[in-house]
Amino acid sequence: MALFKKANYTIVTPPQKKEIPIGLWIKCKGCSQVIYRTKLEENLQVCPQCGFHYPMTIDERLAQLVDKDSFQEVDADLTSIDSLNFAGTGVYPEKLAKDQKKTGLKDAIVCGAGKLDGSDLALGIMDFRFMGASMGSVVGEKVTRLTELATAKRLPLVIVTASGGARMYEGMLSLMQMAKTSGALARHHNAGLPYIVIMTHPTTAGVMASYATLGDLLLAEPGALIGFAGPRVIKQTTQSELPPGFQTAEFLVEHGLIDRIIHRAELRRELALFLGYFAGSLKAPRKAKAS
Amino acid sequence: MPVILEFEKSLYELEDKVRQLREFSRTNNVDVNHGIQLLEERIAETRKQLFSNLTAWQRVQLARHAERPFPRDYASRLFTDFLEIHGDRRFADDHAIIGGFAKFDGEPVMFIGSQKGRNLKENVRCRFGCANPEGYRKALRLMKMADKAGVPILCFIDTPGAYPGVGGEERHVAEAIAVNLMEMFNLRVPVICVVTGEGGSGGALGIGVGNRVLIMEYSYYSVITPEGCAAILWRDPSATPQAAESLKITATDLLALNIVDDMVPEPLGGAHRDADAAAKMMGESLRKHLAELRKLSPEELRTQRYDRFRKLGRFEENLPTLPAAAKKD
Ligand SMILES: [Zn+2]
Repeated sequence: MALFKKANYTIVTPPQKKEIPIGLWIKCKGCSQVIYRTKLEENLQVCPQCGFHYPMTIDERLAQLVDKDSFQEVDADLTSIDSLNFAGTGVYPEKLAKDQKKTGLKDAIVCGAGKLDGSDLALGIMDFRFMGASMGSVVGEKVTRLTELATAKRLPLVIVTASGGARMYEGMLSLMQMAKTSGALARHHNAGLPYIVIMTHPTTAGVMASYATLGDLLLAEPGALIGFAGPRVIKQTTQSELPPGFQTAEFLVEHGLIDRIIHRAELRRELALFLGYFAGSLKAPRKAKAS
Repeated sequence: MPVILEFEKSLYELEDKVRQLREFSRTNNVDVNHGIQLLEERIAETRKQLFSNLTAWQRVQLARHAERPFPRDYASRLFTDFLEIHGDRRFADDHAIIGGFAKFDGEPVMFIGSQKGRNLKENVRCRFGCANPEGYRKALRLMKMADKAGVPILCFIDTPGAYPGVGGEERHVAEAIAVNLMEMFNLRVPVICVVTGEGGSGGALGIGVGNRVLIMEYSYYSVITPEGCAAILWRDPSATPQAAESLKITATDLLALNIVDDMVPEPLGGAHRDADAAAKMMGESLRKHLAELRKLSPEELRTQRYDRFRKLGRFEENLPTLPAAAKKD
């Protein structure tokens, strides 16, 4: 029975304080070697020894993926509310306030328009540190507006995803965001415009079952956990062992979902290349499906 | 033996007494009609009391009632000329979602429904109503077929959720659901979705993007099971009723949140007490909404569906920090 209890995969939990390097150096989660924090920062939060990809903040992502000073954030003031008065105890507002303080963000995604090597794009970036980047009304609304903006301005859409799933505290309002965002993407696709998803660790559940898997291109960072159902639930339900590497980006390349795994050091270059290949789609709307 | 829920026990005890009295009257040839009448009045009163004060958790139990009519039970009562269509053309025929052309009031429709089993054998076959990717892909294939034929789509939803399995992940159930969500917005025919029992999260939503989303009175529709929510947020299974309450998953809660557009009433005591009556009530509701949707053009249907979902979500924006504005007069 012990076999069933011991997991051969990493169970995802939002990074706790102890995992965030505070001192000058940390012990790498990938290779257990000591790495200096400054080295990690210089190296896009990737271990120089083993290539383990650590989470990046949204500011770090922006610095990497868009031209300097080109990013203009939209819908920055959308704020989550405890619309269900969940459990009547103020639990949700407390969690929101705590993570707003911790991250300096209003919610789990930042959206806007920017340039990459001089070309315009609409860009959304999620941050797992904010309530596990769960999707509530704010995340859903911001993704939807960003998609609508991209459709109206004929921009390519790029979303860097991470998510633990739906935001339980918003009940069915959070589930409906899956439909809402997918509807907006239907119109973006119908307009003949390209949508590129960059999945980072971890991208799961409701976000995976909506805008994270609707891209023309599904790219992923190495080692990212990507899956719909939780591994523990799958084990319990099926009473069987999970295959090695189950629900990793590498596993999903093998099984045909992910188009390409991209090391962070190559991400900007490859994203720019891909967008370049799609440039023809941005001009005049071709006679396709009416939206 | 009927399946009796804990909170229904007192009712069934009273009904048992009536049966005993009848038996006594028959064997001893005594007239006990008055007593029976009194008891039956009490039963009716108790039932009314009980069912007008159901908790969210009690409603969840009713939604999962083993004798509750399943989508196919409604379909067989409401439709004629049903021709089931199998398979997703890629991998398999999923028995957790069934569908095909049928006639409703003599007019063609595309019926798509979750399927649960009545016994262990059936439940193994359809995994207790939990669909694999193939189920969602088959459903989309049927929807596109209906779109081509210009036939309205009726989805009856009763699932605990998508099936959490290795195969489902390997064949990308998340992508199958996502594609359905997106493609359902492109359909040019009326789409009506009815939650007839359990509306289990993304697995339910995967066939749930309608111009109208209806829910039967004792059904629930939730982002997570109350048990799952209790385990995650309270770390305590005994908090399940509280989780059910907090998640706002009952028909009346969902109406208030505009998640559903209408509630289909059920016979007193729940659909399982009288499946024929329940089907009749559902038929009436479908008829009404279908008639409204048939007035819309294909483009209007798409726009209406988009607008319906577009406005869902609650948040704050642009909190104005206005100085006390001087009133104009
Ligand atoms: Zn390392």
